[in-house]
Amino acid sequence: MKSLKAQGSNLADALTQVDILEHGYGDSFKLVPFQEKLQNVGLLPLRPTNINIFQVNVGKMCNQVCKHCHVDAGPDRKEIMTIETMQQCLDVLAANPQLNVVDLTGGAPEMNPNFRWFVQEIRKLDRHVIVRCNLTIILANKKYHDLPQFYKEHKIEVVSSLPFYTQDRTDRQRGNGVFEDSIKGLQMLNEVGYGIEGTGLTLNLVYNPAGAFLPPSQTALEAEYKQALMERYNIRFNQLFVITNMPISRYLDYLLQTGNYDKYMEKLTNAFNPAAAANVMCRSTLSIGWDGYIYDCDFNQMLEMKVDASSRHISAFDLAALQQRPIVINQHCFGCTAGSGSSCGGAVT
Amino acid sequence: MSNHYYNATDLGKFGNITDFQKEAGEKFFAWYGEVFKDSALSAREKSLIALAVAHAVQCPYCIDAYSSDAYEKGYSEEQMMEAVHVAAAIRGGASLVHGVQMMNKVKEIAM
Ligand code: SF4
Ligand code: SF4
Repeated sequence: MKSLKAQGSNLADALTQVDILEHGYGDSFKLVPFQEKLQNVGLLPLRPTNINIFQVNVGKMCNQVCKHCHVDAGPDRKEIMTIETMQQCLDVLAANPQLNVVDLTGGAPEMNPNFRWFVQEIRKLDRHVIVRCNLTIILANKKYHDLPQFYKEHKIEVVSSLPFYTQDRTDRQRGNGVFEDSIKGLQMLNEVGYGIEGTGLTLNLVYNPAGAFLPPSQTALEAEYKQALMERYNIRFNQLFVITNMPISRYLDYLLQTGNYDKYMEKLTNAFNPAAAANVMCRSTLSIGWDGYIYDCDFNQMLEMKVDASSRHISAFDLAALQQRPIVINQHCFGCTAGSGSSCGGAVT
Repeated sequence: MSNHYYNATDLGKFGNITDFQKEAGEKFFAWYGEVFKDSALSAREKSLIALAVAHAVQCPYCIDAYSSDAYEKGYSEEQMMEAVHVAAAIRGGASLVHGVQMMNKVKEIAM
Protein backbone atom coordinates (compact mmCIF):
# COMPACT_ATOMS: atom_id res chain seq x y z
CA MET A 1 0.00 0.00 0.00
CA LYS A 2 1.32 3.41 -1.00
CA SER A 3 0.11 6.93 -0.32
CA LEU A 4 -2.08 8.46 -3.03
CA LYS A 5 0.74 10.89 -3.67
CA ALA A 6 3.25 8.08 -4.28
CA GLN A 7 0.73 6.35 -6.57
CA GLY A 8 0.40 9.55 -8.59
CA SER A 9 -3.37 9.40 -8.01
CA ASN A 10 -5.41 12.43 -8.99
CA LEU A 11 -7.06 12.19 -5.57
CA ALA A 12 -3.77 13.32 -4.03
CA ASP A 13 -4.91 16.73 -5.19
CA ALA A 14 -7.18 18.51 -2.68
CA LEU A 15 -9.13 20.35 -5.38
CA THR A 16 -10.06 17.10 -7.10
CA GLN A 17 -11.45 15.77 -3.82
CA VAL A 18 -13.47 18.91 -3.18
CA ASP A 19 -14.79 18.79 -6.72
CA ILE A 20 -16.02 15.19 -6.29
CA LEU A 21 -17.68 16.05 -2.98
CA GLU A 22 -19.38 19.10 -4.44
CA HIS A 23 -20.42 17.82 -7.83
CA GLY A 24 -20.39 14.05 -7.56
CA TYR A 25 -18.55 11.99 -10.16
CA GLY A 26 -19.86 10.42 -13.32
CA ASP A 27 -23.61 10.07 -12.89
CA SER A 28 -23.47 9.93 -9.08
CA PHE A 29 -25.98 12.00 -7.21
CA LYS A 30 -25.28 15.52 -6.06
CA LEU A 31 -25.33 16.20 -2.34
CA VAL A 32 -27.48 18.80 -0.63
CA PRO A 33 -25.12 21.69 0.16
CA PHE A 34 -23.86 21.43 3.75
CA GLN A 35 -24.30 25.19 3.99
CA GLU A 36 -28.00 24.81 3.33
CA LYS A 37 -28.29 22.22 6.09
CA LEU A 38 -26.58 24.58 8.55
CA GLN A 39 -28.72 27.47 7.40
CA ASN A 40 -31.88 25.46 8.12
CA VAL A 41 -30.83 24.91 11.71
CA GLY A 42 -29.70 28.51 12.20
CA LEU A 43 -25.97 27.81 12.39
CA LEU A 44 -24.79 29.75 9.37
CA PRO A 45 -22.27 31.33 9.41
CA LEU A 46 -20.66 28.78 11.69
CA ARG A 47 -18.54 30.60 14.26
CA PRO A 48 -16.20 29.55 17.02
CA THR A 49 -17.53 29.26 20.56
CA ASN A 50 -14.51 29.36 22.81
CA ILE A 51 -11.24 28.33 21.20
CA ASN A 52 -9.13 26.33 23.60
CA ILE A 53 -7.67 23.43 21.59
CA PHE A 54 -4.51 24.05 19.64
CA GLN A 55 -3.98 21.12 17.32
CA VAL A 56 -0.62 20.85 15.63
CA ASN A 57 0.06 18.53 12.74
CA VAL A 58 3.82 18.09 12.96
CA GLY A 59 4.15 16.22 9.66
CA LYS A 60 2.73 13.69 7.26
CA MET A 61 5.40 11.06 7.71
CA CYS A 62 4.09 7.80 9.15
CA ASN A 63 5.27 4.21 9.58
CA GLN A 64 1.79 2.99 8.58
CA VAL A 65 -0.28 3.45 5.44
CA CYS A 66 -3.84 2.92 6.64
CA LYS A 67 -6.57 2.58 4.03
CA HIS A 68 -8.78 5.22 5.60
CA CYS A 69 -6.09 7.84 6.33
CA HIS A 70 -7.42 11.35 5.77
CA VAL A 71 -3.86 12.72 5.80
CA ASP A 72 -2.59 10.40 3.04
CA ALA A 73 0.30 9.81 5.41
CA GLY A 74 3.00 7.20 4.92
CA PRO A 75 6.73 6.52 4.93
CA ASP A 76 7.13 8.35 1.63
CA ARG A 77 5.68 11.64 2.90
CA LYS A 78 8.44 14.08 3.69
CA GLU A 79 6.41 17.08 4.90
CA ILE A 80 7.70 17.76 8.42
CA MET A 81 7.32 20.78 10.71
CA THR A 82 10.60 22.59 11.27
CA ILE A 83 11.91 23.60 14.67
CA GLU A 84 11.43 27.26 13.69
CA THR A 85 7.70 26.71 13.10
CA MET A 86 7.51 24.80 16.37
CA GLN A 87 9.09 27.77 18.11
CA GLN A 88 6.45 30.04 16.57
CA CYS A 89 3.77 27.71 17.95
CA LEU A 90 5.38 27.90 21.39
CA ASP A 91 5.41 31.71 21.23
CA VAL A 92 1.73 31.70 20.35
CA LEU A 93 0.96 29.35 23.24
CA ALA A 94 2.95 31.48 25.68
CA ALA A 95 1.02 34.58 24.61
CA ASN A 96 -2.43 32.90 24.67
CA PRO A 97 -3.12 31.04 27.92
CA GLN A 98 -6.67 30.39 26.70
CA LEU A 99 -5.19 27.68 24.47
CA ASN A 100 -4.95 25.19 27.29
CA VAL A 101 -4.95 21.93 25.32
CA VAL A 102 -2.33 21.06 22.73
CA ASP A 103 -3.23 18.12 20.50
CA LEU A 104 -0.27 16.73 18.57
CA THR A 105 -0.96 14.76 15.45
CA GLY A 106 0.56 13.69 12.13
CA GLY A 107 1.35 11.22 10.42
CA ALA A 108 3.11 9.61 13.31
CA PRO A 109 4.03 12.75 15.27
CA GLU A 110 6.89 10.89 16.96
CA MET A 111 8.71 10.66 13.60
CA ASN A 112 9.34 14.38 13.59
CA PRO A 113 12.97 14.64 14.80
CA ASN A 114 12.12 17.53 17.13
CA PHE A 115 9.01 15.93 18.57
CA ARG A 116 10.35 15.28 22.07
CA TRP A 117 11.81 18.74 22.39
CA PHE A 118 8.49 20.24 21.30
CA VAL A 119 6.55 18.20 23.88
CA GLN A 120 8.93 19.23 26.65
CA GLU A 121 8.65 22.91 25.75
CA ILE A 122 4.84 22.78 25.63
CA ARG A 123 4.78 21.11 29.02
CA LYS A 124 7.00 23.89 30.41
CA LEU A 125 4.14 26.21 29.44
CA ASP A 126 1.93 23.97 31.55
CA ARG A 127 -0.50 22.94 28.84
CA HIS A 128 -2.36 19.67 28.70
CA VAL A 129 -0.77 17.67 25.87
CA ILE A 130 -2.48 14.99 23.84
CA VAL A 131 -0.47 12.80 21.48
CA ARG A 132 -2.14 10.84 18.71
CA CYS A 133 0.11 7.79 18.92
CA ASN A 134 -0.52 5.02 16.40
CA LEU A 135 0.90 2.37 18.82
CA THR A 136 3.03 0.48 16.28
CA ILE A 137 5.52 3.35 16.22
CA ILE A 138 6.57 2.31 19.74
CA LEU A 139 7.82 -0.98 18.29
CA ALA A 140 8.92 0.30 14.88
CA ASN A 141 12.44 1.12 15.95
CA LYS A 142 14.57 0.78 19.09
CA LYS A 143 14.73 4.54 19.47
CA TYR A 144 10.97 4.62 20.08
CA HIS A 145 10.79 1.80 22.65
CA ASP A 146 10.95 4.25 25.56
CA LEU A 147 8.05 6.40 24.32
CA PRO A 148 5.67 5.11 27.03
CA GLN A 149 8.20 6.21 29.65
CA PHE A 150 8.65 9.58 27.95
CA TYR A 151 4.89 10.13 27.84
CA LYS A 152 4.58 9.21 31.48
CA GLU A 153 7.35 11.60 32.52
CA HIS A 154 5.55 14.49 30.84
CA LYS A 155 2.02 13.44 31.84
CA ILE A 156 0.89 13.23 28.24
CA GLU A 157 -2.57 11.97 27.34
CA VAL A 158 -2.21 9.21 24.78
CA VAL A 159 -4.93 8.69 22.16
CA SER A 160 -4.53 5.67 19.92
CA SER A 161 -6.47 4.19 17.09
CA LEU A 162 -7.50 0.56 17.27
CA PRO A 163 -10.21 -0.03 14.66
CA PHE A 164 -11.31 -3.26 16.31
CA TYR A 165 -10.37 -5.75 18.99
CA THR A 166 -9.86 -8.49 16.41
CA GLN A 167 -6.88 -8.92 14.18
CA ASP A 168 -8.55 -9.32 10.81
CA ARG A 169 -10.64 -6.17 10.91
CA THR A 170 -7.76 -4.08 12.23
CA ASP A 171 -5.19 -5.41 9.77
CA ARG A 172 -7.52 -4.99 6.82
CA GLN A 173 -7.73 -1.30 7.56
CA ARG A 174 -4.29 -0.53 8.89
CA GLY A 175 -2.00 -3.14 7.29
CA ASN A 176 -0.72 -6.62 8.04
CA GLY A 177 0.79 -7.07 11.47
CA VAL A 178 -0.59 -3.78 12.80
CA PHE A 179 -2.94 -5.48 15.23
CA GLU A 180 -0.26 -7.58 16.86
CA ASP A 181 2.08 -4.64 17.26
CA SER A 182 -0.75 -2.42 18.51
CA ILE A 183 -1.51 -4.96 21.22
CA LYS A 184 2.15 -5.03 22.23
CA GLY A 185 2.22 -1.23 22.23
CA LEU A 186 -0.85 -1.11 24.45
CA GLN A 187 0.69 -3.61 26.84
CA MET A 188 3.84 -1.47 27.05
CA LEU A 189 1.71 1.58 27.85
CA ASN A 190 -0.18 -0.39 30.51
CA GLU A 191 3.13 -1.50 32.03
CA VAL A 192 4.16 2.06 32.85
CA GLY A 193 0.68 2.80 34.24
CA TYR A 194 -1.28 4.12 31.26
CA GLY A 195 -4.99 3.31 31.37
CA ILE A 196 -4.72 2.04 34.94
CA GLU A 197 -7.03 3.61 37.47
CA GLY A 198 -5.38 5.92 39.98
CA THR A 199 -2.23 6.66 37.96
CA GLY A 200 -3.65 9.76 36.26
CA LEU A 201 -2.13 8.49 33.02
CA THR A 202 -4.85 8.59 30.41
CA LEU A 203 -4.97 6.16 27.53
CA ASN A 204 -7.92 6.57 25.21
CA LEU A 205 -8.64 4.42 22.20
CA VAL A 206 -10.27 5.37 18.94
CA TYR A 207 -12.67 3.19 16.97
CA ASN A 208 -13.45 4.05 13.41
CA PRO A 209 -15.47 1.80 11.14
CA ALA A 210 -13.44 -0.62 9.00
CA GLY A 211 -15.70 -0.17 6.00
CA ALA A 212 -18.38 2.01 4.47
CA PHE A 213 -20.65 2.46 7.45
CA LEU A 214 -21.24 4.73 10.41
CA PRO A 215 -19.98 4.03 13.91
CA PRO A 216 -22.29 2.61 16.60
CA SER A 217 -23.03 3.98 20.06
CA GLN A 218 -19.86 4.89 21.92
CA THR A 219 -20.91 3.57 25.34
CA ALA A 220 -22.01 0.15 24.14
CA LEU A 221 -18.89 -0.40 22.06
CA GLU A 222 -16.62 0.83 24.83
CA ALA A 223 -17.99 -1.85 27.16
CA GLU A 224 -17.41 -4.49 24.48
CA TYR A 225 -13.84 -3.30 23.81
CA LYS A 226 -13.00 -3.20 27.50
CA GLN A 227 -14.21 -6.72 28.07
CA ALA A 228 -12.59 -8.20 24.96
CA LEU A 229 -9.20 -6.49 25.42
CA MET A 230 -9.11 -7.42 29.10
CA GLU A 231 -10.09 -11.07 28.60
CA ARG A 232 -7.85 -11.69 25.61
CA TYR A 233 -4.81 -9.52 26.22
CA ASN A 234 -5.10 -8.20 29.75
CA ILE A 235 -5.22 -4.65 28.39
CA ARG A 236 -6.85 -1.70 30.13
CA PHE A 237 -7.71 1.74 28.80
CA ASN A 238 -9.80 4.72 29.85
CA GLN A 239 -12.27 5.69 27.17
CA LEU A 240 -13.21 4.66 23.67
CA PHE A 241 -13.77 7.47 21.19
CA VAL A 242 -16.00 6.54 18.30
CA ILE A 243 -15.17 8.39 15.10
CA THR A 244 -16.83 8.60 11.69
CA ASN A 245 -14.60 8.15 8.65
CA MET A 246 -14.23 11.35 6.65
CA PRO A 247 -14.95 11.02 2.93
CA ILE A 248 -11.63 12.57 1.94
CA SER A 249 -8.20 11.39 0.82
CA ARG A 250 -7.57 7.62 1.07
CA TYR A 251 -11.01 6.87 2.51
CA LEU A 252 -12.58 8.72 -0.40
CA ASP A 253 -10.39 6.65 -2.70
CA TYR A 254 -11.62 3.47 -0.97
CA LEU A 255 -15.26 4.57 -1.31
CA LEU A 256 -14.85 5.29 -5.00
CA GLN A 257 -12.85 2.13 -5.73
CA THR A 258 -15.41 -0.13 -4.04
CA GLY A 259 -18.51 1.58 -5.42
CA ASN A 260 -19.59 2.62 -1.93
CA TYR A 261 -19.31 6.39 -2.39
CA ASP A 262 -22.96 7.20 -3.14
CA LYS A 263 -24.38 4.98 -0.43
CA TYR A 264 -21.97 6.28 2.17
CA MET A 265 -22.66 9.93 1.38
CA GLU A 266 -26.36 9.23 1.47
CA LYS A 267 -25.94 7.67 4.91
CA LEU A 268 -23.98 10.65 6.17
CA THR A 269 -26.45 13.22 4.88
CA ASN A 270 -29.51 11.27 6.07
CA ALA A 271 -27.97 11.07 9.52
CA PHE A 272 -27.38 14.85 9.75
CA ASN A 273 -27.97 15.78 13.38
CA PRO A 274 -28.46 19.46 14.29
CA ALA A 275 -27.25 18.82 17.85
CA ALA A 276 -24.00 17.36 16.51
CA ALA A 277 -23.69 20.31 14.11
CA ALA A 278 -23.87 22.73 17.02
CA ASN A 279 -20.97 20.95 18.71
CA VAL A 280 -18.53 20.38 15.85
CA MET A 281 -14.94 20.48 17.07
CA CYS A 282 -13.87 23.33 14.79
CA ARG A 283 -15.83 25.67 17.06
CA SER A 284 -13.26 25.18 19.81
CA THR A 285 -10.17 24.13 17.84
CA LEU A 286 -7.49 25.61 15.64
CA SER A 287 -5.37 23.35 13.50
CA ILE A 288 -1.83 24.23 12.53
CA GLY A 289 -0.28 22.62 9.47
CA TRP A 290 3.32 21.38 9.21
CA ASP A 291 4.19 24.56 7.32
CA GLY A 292 2.59 26.87 9.90
CA TYR A 293 -0.65 27.68 8.10
CA ILE A 294 -3.80 27.85 10.19
CA TYR A 295 -6.94 25.81 9.51
CA ASP A 296 -10.31 25.23 11.14
CA CYS A 297 -9.57 21.53 11.59
CA ASP A 298 -7.27 18.75 10.42
CA PHE A 299 -9.73 17.86 7.63
CA ASN A 300 -9.80 21.37 6.21
CA GLN A 301 -6.04 21.28 6.47
CA MET A 302 -5.86 18.21 4.24
CA LEU A 303 -8.26 19.84 1.78
CA GLU A 304 -6.02 22.92 1.82
CA MET A 305 -8.80 25.24 2.99
CA LYS A 306 -7.11 27.85 5.14
CA VAL A 307 -8.99 29.88 7.74
CA ASP A 308 -11.11 32.77 6.56
CA ALA A 309 -9.36 35.42 8.65
CA SER A 310 -6.59 38.00 8.37
CA SER A 311 -4.48 35.72 10.55
CA ARG A 312 -3.68 32.74 8.31
CA HIS A 313 -0.18 31.79 9.40
CA ILE A 314 1.31 31.08 12.79
CA SER A 315 3.74 33.97 12.24
CA ALA A 316 0.75 36.35 12.18
CA PHE A 317 -1.33 34.65 14.86
CA ASP A 318 -4.17 36.78 16.23
CA LEU A 319 -6.57 34.91 18.48
CA ALA A 320 -9.07 37.77 18.65
CA ALA A 321 -9.35 37.84 14.84
CA LEU A 322 -9.60 34.06 14.68
CA GLN A 323 -12.29 34.01 17.33
CA GLN A 324 -14.45 36.23 15.06
CA ARG A 325 -13.95 34.29 11.83
CA PRO A 326 -16.59 32.30 9.97
CA ILE A 327 -15.52 28.64 9.83
CA VAL A 328 -14.88 27.33 6.33
CA ILE A 329 -17.29 24.51 5.63
CA ASN A 330 -17.92 22.19 2.71
CA GLN A 331 -19.47 18.85 1.85
CA HIS A 332 -16.96 16.77 3.86
CA CYS A 333 -18.41 18.42 7.00
CA PHE A 334 -21.30 15.93 6.81
CA GLY A 335 -18.77 13.52 8.33
CA CYS A 336 -18.80 15.53 11.57
CA THR A 337 -22.56 15.91 11.91
CA ALA A 338 -23.87 12.39 11.29
CA GLY A 339 -25.57 10.54 14.13
CA SER A 340 -24.00 11.31 17.48
CA GLY A 341 -21.41 13.46 15.71
CA SER A 342 -17.72 12.90 15.34
CA SER A 343 -14.65 14.75 16.54
CA CYS A 344 -11.10 13.97 17.65
CA GLY A 345 -12.63 13.33 21.05
CA GLY A 346 -15.31 10.98 19.75
CA ALA A 347 -19.08 11.52 19.72
CA VAL A 348 -20.25 15.06 20.45
CA THR A 349 -23.83 14.52 21.60
CA MET B 1 -45.49 -7.10 -11.74
CA SER B 2 -41.91 -8.22 -11.32
CA ASN B 3 -41.14 -11.82 -12.18
CA HIS B 4 -39.17 -12.65 -9.09
CA TYR B 5 -40.13 -12.80 -5.43
CA TYR B 6 -37.20 -11.05 -3.76
CA ASN B 7 -35.63 -7.78 -4.82
CA ALA B 8 -32.96 -6.09 -2.67
CA THR B 9 -34.28 -2.62 -3.45
CA ASP B 10 -37.65 -3.58 -1.96
CA LEU B 11 -36.09 -3.36 1.51
CA GLY B 12 -35.83 0.39 1.09
CA LYS B 13 -39.54 0.52 0.25
CA PHE B 14 -40.59 -1.26 3.43
CA GLY B 15 -41.97 1.98 4.85
CA ASN B 16 -44.47 2.13 2.00
CA ILE B 17 -46.57 -0.69 3.46
CA THR B 18 -48.48 2.09 5.24
CA ASP B 19 -49.79 3.12 1.80
CA PHE B 20 -52.35 0.32 1.82
CA GLN B 21 -53.25 0.37 5.53
CA LYS B 22 -52.00 3.53 7.22
CA GLU B 23 -53.12 3.02 10.79
CA ALA B 24 -51.99 -0.56 11.25
CA GLY B 25 -48.78 0.15 9.35
CA GLU B 26 -47.91 3.13 11.49
CA LYS B 27 -48.69 1.20 14.64
CA PHE B 28 -46.36 -1.54 13.48
CA PHE B 29 -43.49 0.90 12.88
CA ALA B 30 -44.05 2.64 16.21
CA TRP B 31 -44.03 -0.71 17.98
CA TYR B 32 -41.02 -1.89 15.98
CA GLY B 33 -39.14 1.26 16.96
CA GLU B 34 -40.02 0.73 20.58
CA VAL B 35 -38.91 -2.90 20.51
CA PHE B 36 -35.44 -2.03 19.23
CA LYS B 37 -34.71 0.80 21.68
CA ASP B 38 -32.05 0.59 24.38
CA SER B 39 -33.94 -0.74 27.36
CA ALA B 40 -33.50 -3.78 29.61
CA LEU B 41 -31.59 -5.19 26.64
CA SER B 42 -29.34 -2.82 24.71
CA ALA B 43 -30.10 -1.91 21.10
CA ARG B 44 -26.84 -3.66 20.34
CA GLU B 45 -27.92 -6.97 21.91
CA LYS B 46 -31.28 -6.70 20.18
CA SER B 47 -29.52 -6.37 16.85
CA LEU B 48 -27.77 -9.70 17.35
CA ILE B 49 -31.03 -11.37 18.41
CA ALA B 50 -32.67 -9.93 15.29
CA LEU B 51 -29.86 -11.35 13.18
CA ALA B 52 -30.42 -14.83 14.60
CA VAL B 53 -34.19 -14.61 14.21
CA ALA B 54 -33.79 -13.35 10.65
CA HIS B 55 -32.00 -16.61 9.88
CA ALA B 56 -34.61 -18.67 11.67
CA VAL B 57 -37.43 -17.10 9.67
CA GLN B 58 -35.16 -16.97 6.60
CA CYS B 59 -36.12 -13.45 5.63
CA PRO B 60 -33.56 -12.18 3.11
CA TYR B 61 -34.49 -8.57 3.82
CA CYS B 62 -33.98 -8.98 7.54
CA ILE B 63 -30.72 -10.85 6.97
CA ASP B 64 -29.52 -7.98 4.78
CA ALA B 65 -30.58 -5.34 7.30
CA TYR B 66 -29.31 -7.04 10.45
CA SER B 67 -26.04 -8.29 8.97
CA SER B 68 -25.18 -4.65 8.29
CA ASP B 69 -26.63 -3.45 11.57
CA ALA B 70 -24.88 -6.01 13.78
CA TYR B 71 -21.56 -5.50 11.99
CA GLU B 72 -21.89 -1.74 12.27
CA LYS B 73 -22.75 -2.05 15.93
CA GLY B 74 -19.35 -3.65 16.43
CA TYR B 75 -20.01 -7.38 16.50
CA SER B 76 -17.21 -9.52 15.14
CA GLU B 77 -17.73 -11.92 12.26
CA GLU B 78 -17.26 -14.78 14.71
CA GLN B 79 -19.97 -13.50 17.05
CA MET B 80 -22.35 -13.05 14.13
CA MET B 81 -21.75 -16.56 12.84
CA GLU B 82 -22.28 -17.95 16.33
CA ALA B 83 -25.64 -16.18 16.43
CA VAL B 84 -26.54 -17.88 13.14
CA HIS B 85 -25.52 -21.23 14.65
CA VAL B 86 -27.79 -20.58 17.61
CA ALA B 87 -30.68 -20.00 15.21
CA ALA B 88 -29.75 -23.12 13.27
CA ALA B 89 -29.41 -25.19 16.44
CA ILE B 90 -32.86 -24.12 17.64
CA ARG B 91 -34.32 -24.85 14.22
CA GLY B 92 -32.64 -28.25 14.12
CA GLY B 93 -33.61 -29.02 17.68
CA ALA B 94 -37.19 -27.93 17.04
CA SER B 95 -37.50 -30.46 14.24
CA LEU B 96 -35.75 -33.14 16.16
CA VAL B 97 -37.78 -32.76 19.32
CA HIS B 98 -40.88 -33.51 17.24
CA GLY B 99 -39.23 -36.83 16.70
CA VAL B 100 -40.59 -37.70 20.13
CA GLN B 101 -44.08 -37.18 18.73
CA MET B 102 -43.17 -39.41 15.83
CA MET B 103 -41.90 -42.06 18.22
CA ASN B 104 -45.04 -41.76 20.34
CA LYS B 105 -47.23 -42.28 17.29
CA VAL B 106 -45.21 -45.20 16.08
CA LYS B 107 -45.39 -46.81 19.51
CA GLU B 108 -49.12 -46.21 19.58
CA ILE B 109 -49.79 -48.04 16.39
CA ALA B 110 -47.03 -50.60 16.45
CA MET B 111 -47.52 -54.08 17.83
S1 SF4 C 1 -4.33 6.88 9.93
FE1 SF4 C 1 -2.72 7.53 11.33
S2 SF4 C 1 -1.41 5.73 11.55
FE2 SF4 C 1 -2.65 5.43 9.73
S3 SF4 C 1 -1.41 6.21 8.02
FE3 SF4 C 1 -2.74 7.88 8.72
S4 SF4 C 1 -1.52 9.00 10.18
FE4 SF4 C 1 -0.55 7.00 9.93
S1 SF4 D 1 -14.86 19.02 8.78
FE1 SF4 D 1 -13.82 20.56 10.01
S2 SF4 D 1 -14.82 22.45 9.45
FE2 SF4 D 1 -16.17 20.81 8.83
S3 SF4 D 1 -17.54 20.51 10.56
FE3 SF4 D 1 -15.86 19.07 10.77
S4 SF4 D 1 -14.43 20.09 12.09
FE4 SF4 D 1 -15.81 21.67 11.29
